[in-house]
Amino acid sequence: MKNKFVLPLWIIFFGFCFIVLFNSLKNSNIYIPEENFETELTNFNSEDFFSGKRISSKDVFVGSDYYILNIWASWCAPCREEHPKLMELSKNSSIKIIGLNYKDNLKNAKKFINNFGNPYSSILLDHDGIISIELGAYGIPETFIINKKNKIIKKFRGVLNTKRIKEINLILK
Amino acid sequence: MKLFKFLIILLFIFNAANSDENKNELMNKISKNIRCLICQGQSVYDSNSDFALSMKLLINKKIDEGYNEKEIYDFLEKKYGKWIVYDPGFNKKTFILWLLPILLFLTGGVIIFKKLIVKK
Repeated sequence: MKNKFVLPLWIIFFGFCFIVLFNSLKNSNIYIPEENFETELTNFNSEDFFSGKRISSKDVFVGSDYYILNIWASWCAPCREEHPKLMELSKNSSIKIIGLNYKDNLKNAKKFINNFGNPYSSILLDHDGIISIELGAYGIPETFIINKKNKIIKKFRGVLNTKRIKEINLILK
Repeated sequence: MKLFKFLIILLFIFNAANSDENKNELMNKISKNIRCLICQGQSVYDSNSDFALSMKLLINKKIDEGYNEKEIYDFLEKKYGKWIVYDPGFNKKTFILWLLPILLFLTGGVIIFKKLIVKK
């Protein structure tokens, strides 16, 4: 009687293990927890991209209901991909798009802006990546939507695609 | 007088070296307990990714600004969530994680104890 159940139980056990392991092969190995919390925008000091002058974030994030903070670099291929989307977004005068140039060569970054256009109302420099980490970024490209209370209400990790642009437009309405 | 000056300089050098060593120790301790979020199973200490390198610089900066270990963890948890810290605190979301091993240990102990008594 006992032996009658042992084999099916082993089969069920190994079948279960196989399904779990097989399914996990398809999943990404990097786990990013869901972030549903709004975070305060940390004040930071940086340099202005064009003038090189010291500038505080307090002087940049003023005068608009919403801000889009985009972390980019000239060496980042996905940033090129999303740039036309940012150019499109920049036509909306009710938002301010602020760029944070991440660990970049200034000469190359300026070339990038000259070639592809400048969707940003200001660009700040993040030479060593500390500002991005302080803001809660993982890498680039990354885009944050910030409201007038200076709270980050949405984060987009990776390229801004059409679906995400629609989402942004819905938030901005 | 010269000897006195020499001793003060020596004390100053020793103190600076000691403070640097303490700072490095704290820096290593914190970076070993912070998860590199874009790596697979690596701490910030172990990783050389862009994220980890910038994170190390940030931890260094926060130590210089006078933050203590707990304040640095709190700051990072606010930005990235509790997942960033390897050592999860005891709360309603993690209590099973903390209590289950103790429960299993006690259950095992009871089973062994009962078996020993039965044998006697």
